[in-house]
Amino acid sequence: MTNVPIEGILLPDEKHNHESPSNWKEYFSFSTDHKVIGIQYLVTSFFFFLVGGIFAMVMRGELMTPESDLVDRTVYNGMFTMHGTVMLFLWTFPSLVGFANYLVPLMIGARDMAFPRLNAVAFWMVPVVGILMMGSFFVPGGPAQAGWWSYPPVSLQNPTGNLINGQVLWLLAVAISGVSSIMGAVNFVTTIVKMRAPGMGFFKMPLFVWAVFSAQIIQLFGLPALTAGAVMLLLDLTAGTAFFDPAKGGNPVMFQHYFWFYSHPAVYVIILPVFGIFSEIFPVYSRKPLFGYKVVAVSSMLIAVVSGIVWVHHMYVSGTPGWMRLIFMMTTMFVSVPTGIKVFAWVATIWGGKMRLNTPMLFALGALVMFVFAGITGIMLSSVPVDVHVNNTYFVVGHFHYVLYGTVTMGLFAAIYHWFPKMTGRMYSESWGKIHFWLAFIGTNLNFLPMHPLGLQGMLRRVASYAPEYQFWNIIASLGGFLLGMSTLPFIFNMVISWMQGEKAPANPWRAIGLEWLVSSPPPVENFEETPIIISEPYGYGKSERLTANLPE
Amino acid sequence: MKIQKILNILTLLTGAIAVTSLSLWIGKQSYSWLPPQAAAESLLIDDLISFLVTLGAFIFLGVTSTLMYSVIFHRAVKDDFTDGPPIEGNITLEVVWTAIPILLVLWIAGYSYQVYEQMGIQGPSEIVHLHNPLGMESAYAEPKDAPANALAEPVEKIDVLAKQWAWVFHYPERDITSTELHLPSDRRIRLALKSQDVLHGFYIPAFRLKQDIIPNHAIDFEFTPIRPGKYRLTDSQYSGTYFATMQANVVVESPEDYQQWLAQAATQKPSIANNQAASEYAQTSHQSVQTGWVTVPPAAPPLVNSPG
Ligand code: HEM
Ligand SMILES: [Cu+2]
Ligand SMILES: [Cu+2]
Repeated sequence: MTNVPIEGILLPDEKHNHESPSNWKEYFSFSTDHKVIGIQYLVTSFFFFLVGGIFAMVMRGELMTPESDLVDRTVYNGMFTMHGTVMLFLWTFPSLVGFANYLVPLMIGARDMAFPRLNAVAFWMVPVVGILMMGSFFVPGGPAQAGWWSYPPVSLQNPTGNLINGQVLWLLAVAISGVSSIMGAVNFVTTIVKMRAPGMGFFKMPLFVWAVFSAQIIQLFGLPALTAGAVMLLLDLTAGTAFFDPAKGGNPVMFQHYFWFYSHPAVYVIILPVFGIFSEIFPVYSRKPLFGYKVVAVSSMLIAVVSGIVWVHHMYVSGTPGWMRLIFMMTTMFVSVPTGIKVFAWVATIWGGKMRLNTPMLFALGALVMFVFAGITGIMLSSVPVDVHVNNTYFVVGHFHYVLYGTVTMGLFAAIYHWFPKMTGRMYSESWGKIHFWLAFIGTNLNFLPMHPLGLQGMLRRVASYAPEYQFWNIIASLGGFLLGMSTLPFIFNMVISWMQGEKAPANPWRAIGLEWLVSSPPPVENFEETPIIISEPYGYGKSERLTANLPE
Repeated sequence: MKIQKILNILTLLTGAIAVTSLSLWIGKQSYSWLPPQAAAESLLIDDLISFLVTLGAFIFLGVTSTLMYSVIFHRAVKDDFTDGPPIEGNITLEVVWTAIPILLVLWIAGYSYQVYEQMGIQGPSEIVHLHNPLGMESAYAEPKDAPANALAEPVEKIDVLAKQWAWVFHYPERDITSTELHLPSDRRIRLALKSQDVLHGFYIPAFRLKQDIIPNHAIDFEFTPIRPGKYRLTDSQYSGTYFATMQANVVVESPEDYQQWLAQAATQKPSIANNQAASEYAQTSHQSVQTGWVTVPPAAPPLVNSPG
């Protein structure tokens, strides 16, 4: 079943020295080493996390008072549009791709990705996307203001009359980010299918690899739809076509189908790798094998498949007929079955273990709790009558921030701490990590929990001003938001100081089981001196088996 | 050994009872998180929300208390670096755990379906002509156990026009226009929703009802207000710069008062209504220092008999 690494995919001239990057310059220049590219993705995306965070602070500042008094309405609209876009396209996607880049070849015993040059090109498109996005602040009319989903006809209104405007730049950036993601997806799928070490059948792959595999398959079927929609919108905007412009007989609802056909599955492209991270972290810090490994692996695939037929739940009230509303309600709710299986498996893994609450484990536990909450509000949203009331209110905003901050971002922090010693060869500071965790956990809940009562009372999303009766919960949310903003400071401090002068990390500081822990920290270029031969299943905690036949353990 | 087992079962039982009663209580509380119930549909939806909150609280508390229990009692002792028991799975448990969410999903979907059918809120009229089993056209003839009048034939037909950024209501029978939506209580209402420019959303939180308005599409929307009072209509689909200002009053009154208002409005000459977007736009465009970016100018403020 297992394929031997393909000969000739690594070009000979790319096998230079066997040392890991030793100075800063190597991380900021063109490299085809998957580990350097992984870190390039992580650092770049974290920069944009801070940018998106600043936009969020402006919004929460505006929403401290009912009136629109801190910034202009146009500025507010630009802020929420760019916040959403930056957070999704420049933080969650690229940072998870960064982890996948760093970890997948190591975890499957490969020397690099299947197409190292393609990999580098895909990464360097991310800064281009970022520059286009940020550049839009300096064109007349400012950045795009139509929300991250850019529904026409609002996105087709161009008051400046210029051809170069924020919306055009935005669409170009989204299209380029789509191309970059397609390149990445081809690379990941090929790597995982073709380059696993001998002995590593599909059911011996670590669950993070399963999750990345499922997520990247979604990219392959979903992204063409988004890209097509974006190009059609771009043509409507610049060339006067009439795909979506109702004034010329186009149909704006068609755009919503193109958009959500990709963008719902896209949320699973984001969340599946985080599920993978949970599956890697819980066994290590509970010192137990992952409960129900096979079911968890298959459920990732199942989520990927079902997620392709749920997109209309974003469009229940946009002129969707009753029968269609109800069919998509059923499919949406069924996503919770494979998801529920995973949650159960994690809880069962932790149950009866010997748990250590290191920073990665704290973040993973906090993220799991907040994911359960988000899943419950997700089920409420999928119920048509409830969605009719809370759609486009702060209830939805609360729901998806519990997913995107509570689960994805917290899960990313868990991963950063967990693999930090591997990536940098240094240990981070536990006490600063714990301070970060508690600030972030409290901040997240203070920020996003109040959004649920606000939404139930009818406060709309995307408003710069609101009725005075909503002020109380908004103040709490804003304070929580500022706390969240502050919580990144100990994180940055910890990362920078520890990277420079942290204690030297051993190869396997957590006594974890997995190929990446069998090589030095940081791993050498090309990862393995000799190709590992896998002889046992992953997560063999408590079983004292050898993982490989040939590597020293 | 025996005593330990009994103690464990007792702990589990106490936990289960605590979680159950707490979630029942939270479910009851959920009614107070919602605006007043001003339409027949809101009664149905609130019951559904309360049911989902109860179930959700049960699941959430169940999972988190299990996790908390592990965090407290399944911690590694300081110098114990050994592993836990290598349990990899348990087929029975996994099957049960798959069956539970499937059954829950069927239950929730069934209940939601029933509520949705009873609401009979209509939708885009072009597509409703497809005659399929899930057509969801209101079956006016059979009120079932729906609240009074929920499925009655609509008596009031009102045209709603949305534009950037104003609402205009037209009462065709008397040819009256207004910027305030007046509705008779306990009567089935049918709105014909139209948009002049972009997508807008018709949303009255006190009614729990919402429908997007799509340019070039005729969309009928039906409901039954039941509680006299003054409520807010807001635009729920982001519609550009002054989106947040696109609001209107909704006045639900007795059918007699409603007729009186219609008669009174019919005597009034059309005048220009107040419009927040228009006045904000006029202000900023005269500022010498322009802080904001250019914006789509608001449509002309509506000319109405009753400016509200
Ligand atoms: C338990 C599984 C989930 C269910 C049942 C669920 C359900 C839903 C539903 C029905 C909506 C539409 C609400 C509306 O538009 O009114 C929604 C919105 C959203 N969900 Fe989820 N969801 C789930 C998980 C996720 C995940 C994993 C993510 C992201 C990582 C996510 C991110 C979002 C976002 C960003 C929106 C807002 C879209 C928008 O309106 O701009 N959700 N969810
Ligand atoms: Cu979705
Ligand atoms: Cu509007």
